[in-house]
Amino acid sequence: MKVAISSHDGKLDTRFSSRFGRCDYFVLIDSESRDWEAKRNPAAEARGGAGPRAVQFVSEQGAGATITGRYGPNAFTALDAAGIQAFEADDGTPEQLIEKFLAGELKQVHVPTGPELH
Amino acid sequence: MVIAVASGKGGTGKTTVATSLALALAESGRQVAYLDCDVEAPNAHLFLRPALDNYKQVDLLIPEVDSDVCTGRGVCAEACQFHAIVTLGGKTLVFPELCHGCGSCTLVCPEKAITEIPKSLGHLESGRVNGGMFFAHGVLDIGEPMAVPVISQLKDWQSFPQSTISIVDSPPGASCPVVESLRGADYVLLITEPTPFGLHDLRLAVQLTQELNIPAGVIVNRDGIGDDGVDIYCRESNVPILMRVPFDRELGANLAQGKTLVAVAPEYKQRFTDLYSHIKAILDDSGSRG
Repeated sequence: MKVAISSHDGKLDTRFSSRFGRCDYFVLIDSESRDWEAKRNPAAEARGGAGPRAVQFVSEQGAGATITGRYGPNAFTALDAAGIQAFEADDGTPEQLIEKFLAGELKQVHVPTGPELH
Repeated sequence: MVIAVASGKGGTGKTTVATSLALALAESGRQVAYLDCDVEAPNAHLFLRPALDNYKQVDLLIPEVDSDVCTGRGVCAEACQFHAIVTLGGKTLVFPELCHGCGSCTLVCPEKAITEIPKSLGHLESGRVNGGMFFAHGVLDIGEPMAVPVISQLKDWQSFPQSTISIVDSPPGASCPVVESLRGADYVLLITEPTPFGLHDLRLAVQLTQELNIPAGVIVNRDGIGDDGVDIYCRESNVPILMRVPFDRELGANLAQGKTLVAVAPEYKQRFTDLYSHIKAILDDSGSRG
């Protein structure tokens, strides 16, 4: 499964970004092959609706799961509609988080957990 | 003539100044229209006590997608500046709270799968103060984030003869609702308090009026508290200080009971009509030069 992790700089070994809609990059990792790539988040500079726009982007990239700090209501609704699983983390780098994800150590969320930001 | 009363910082005395300016001008025989554009917390009616006998609903047109007709190509999502409509795996999803009601999605949909459904944003009310001054305000629905369309419809609701002086009571801040309330104003009165907080937000408000190219002057409320930062800033930035309202605990207590400044301290009637003449002179002067 391809997993999209919010990131400040698109690197594997630096701390992830706890913001979802307006993170600068998504690190996309294949959980089987560990192949990965970083893509700029087109929603980072959105005038509004960054959450849904970011979900549309990771959905187009073929992600089946996302890892970030908190999910606002709009992002969560969009993830739910897109059938993308939402996971939360407090800390970690993308390479650490993918291992935690595979070990089943990350919390999957089923309701929005963060405020609506802009 | 349209005079907008704005501030940047909340709670500096916009409504205190705007209501008393309006009452002083009305009492001096001028035609006055008061528009309370602070639609998130309209409260000028508490001071002016108009007889509100006219009501208008404010709606925004929100897209509704017919999923049987939609082919999920995402043309609508591409058009939407606010990402209020997105296409996910061939399904199109609408986020009504993000929608600004521009109608672009409906226009561009190649399948004509979108119909527009009215969604309530708030309402407008109007009436007369003691049978004289016209009064209107907008009231945003609870939980609704979209203030701009309510303000815009409030301002376009009624038209007035050129001789009418419109007093626009703006929301605090320097964001979209304030921009919308200042649109079309001839002059902006910026109310501040002489504190670092007042100064910080006054700077933003001054920048906004410059961006909008509307002349502005300052009224220092609660004068005597704080520091001289506002004075120094105004001097250095060439923003005139047109009036000072001294800090007075008893005055504050009276305002808190819903009394107006001119009712508590009648000498302000003359001060406010003088203020209006001053503004008019500033505008006439810049007009003759420009």
